[in-house]
Amino acid sequence: MSIASVMSILPSRKRGKDLVAPPRKKLKTPKIFIFLCLSPWLIGILMFTLYPMVTSFYQSFTKFNLIDAPKWVGLANFHRMFFEDPDFWKALRNTIWISAISIPLRIAFAIFSAWMLTKPKRGKNVYRTIFFLPSMVPAVAATMVFTYIFNPAYGPINRFLEMLGIKEPPFWFLDPKWSKWGLILLGLWGIGDTMIIFLAGLLDVPRTLYEAASLEGASAWQSFRYVTFPMITPVIFFSGVTGVIGSFQYFTEAYVASGQVNDYSHSMYFYATHIYFSAFRAYEMGYASALAWVLLVITLVCTLIILRTQKRWVHYPNGSLFK
Amino acid sequence: MSTYTPEQREYIRLQSRQAKRKKRWHDFLLMVANHSVLIALSAIFILPLFLVLVISVMGHGQAETRSLWPHPFIWHNYVEVFTAVPFLRWTMNSLFVSLMTTIGTVVSSVPPAYVLSRLRWKGRGVTFIIILSTMMLPGQVTMIPVYIIFSKLHWIPSFLPLIVPSFFSSAFSIFLLRQFFVSIPDEISDAARIDGCSEFKLMMRIIVPLAKPAISAIGLFAFLGSWNDFFGPLLYLVENEKLWTLGIGLNAFQGIHHVQKNMMMTASVLFMLPVIIIFFFSQKVFIEGVTLTGVKG
Repeated sequence: MSIASVMSILPSRKRGKDLVAPPRKKLKTPKIFIFLCLSPWLIGILMFTLYPMVTSFYQSFTKFNLIDAPKWVGLANFHRMFFEDPDFWKALRNTIWISAISIPLRIAFAIFSAWMLTKPKRGKNVYRTIFFLPSMVPAVAATMVFTYIFNPAYGPINRFLEMLGIKEPPFWFLDPKWSKWGLILLGLWGIGDTMIIFLAGLLDVPRTLYEAASLEGASAWQSFRYVTFPMITPVIFFSGVTGVIGSFQYFTEAYVASGQVNDYSHSMYFYATHIYFSAFRAYEMGYASALAWVLLVITLVCTLIILRTQKRWVHYPNGSLFK
Repeated sequence: MSTYTPEQREYIRLQSRQAKRKKRWHDFLLMVANHSVLIALSAIFILPLFLVLVISVMGHGQAETRSLWPHPFIWHNYVEVFTAVPFLRWTMNSLFVSLMTTIGTVVSSVPPAYVLSRLRWKGRGVTFIIILSTMMLPGQVTMIPVYIIFSKLHWIPSFLPLIVPSFFSSAFSIFLLRQFFVSIPDEISDAARIDGCSEFKLMMRIIVPLAKPAISAIGLFAFLGSWNDFFGPLLYLVENEKLWTLGIGLNAFQGIHHVQKNMMMTASVLFMLPVIIIFFFSQKVFIEGVTLTGVKG
């Protein structure tokens, strides 16, 4: 997978268009300078990425509790995961469920809010600030606020819903059937950063295309569907990929929310939660490493699938990315 | 124009004026519609923040009655939160970790980004691809061995596991800086080099000052990332209450029995306040940073 290609589709009006600068006549630079400059990164990647990756790969085939030396068990961890661990399946199901709903919803909502932001002549910046603000709120605080205001007993949201005529509003985080919807709403509230990327993408669409469309008599919807949408498919593609990667690491909000409401039925138990509990509550480091590697494989496969489909629907105005 | 009779001319004039008026009316309606949608969306985005502000000044009894307006306003909550829990200590801890992380990230990310964007050398492309792929690597894969390294160093619980890694560059910051550095014309560097400027001086004296917006962006992202981080402190600080940051402390709130539940909202307001203030002062830097890389923090 070429990650550079994923990155280079980002809206870039002025800078960063070319990943590699064109060759030019060389002026000598001392090699030692290059090496010294890179050394913090080099040491960092060796210590905090490469060595840990190798170790955790090895540990995923061992039984390891932090105190005794790791004991080789072959594929036992993976066997246990798929055949003996109902929590693994629960976590996986929950994660897939919430990704399948929240990723498309987030993208749609981000496009909609960004699109609305391109409309007004005045007040643009004020609206943009307001839309962006919630994404700044620390995840712990945001989750606390949501579990509080959505609480059926003392939260104001259900009171509003009742005023609007909804007789029995859901119990949100307290109800296993609705708790994930609470988390989805929390995610939608913090859409700001995704929205900003879409906004940049929308502002990149040349005005002339819209003028041409309106000369041809296109309606507002048609000009969105046939002009705007194709032009922002690269951004949709990018947020799809990062969305998948992010949703398998979704942790803080779910962890804090389930702590707030005593989520006995594990309705907010996700894949990353399962890794955390296996590693740092049960101290089964070998098993947790195996879980982490399965996570990596799942995200890679999902990313590859999205990459495979991109030819069919992602439109690159400057030709293909794979030059 | 002589082909039209005066009556016809008058008629055309009326027609076009009517069309103009109609267009203006149409535009006006459209504007009203757009602004109503925008205002409705704004209300949704603001509502939770507004509610938490309101609840944070309610009395304990009232906060549990679903009432919508504080009666009376209990501003004292904001004093009490500092005495009921070690709020000041949590804040200082968060601040310390975030500031150190910011320094570490900026100091250690500028040189690699410089080398990756302003100099040509063998293996540069490969290095850049490696940096990008580490950005995509799920943290869970490296989490356990890194934890073991720190526990062998006897650094758990302490701030060191949160601060020290930031002094070894962050892939995201390198990426953001590089995107900015490549936009600075090469002629500037060439001119300086011809004048006999050393590469180090060129980086520090010429490129870094030019890249101030990008550097403040990575500083900002590093600070916020650390301020908002929950998982790191959860791994490395939980065992020692004295080291708790705001996130950990706030999450433990409900376990602290003598603290009233609405006080949680008071604490939440204080937790998000610095972030919101920073945002208002640095919005431009922030939004440019997000646009430049497509990712936040």
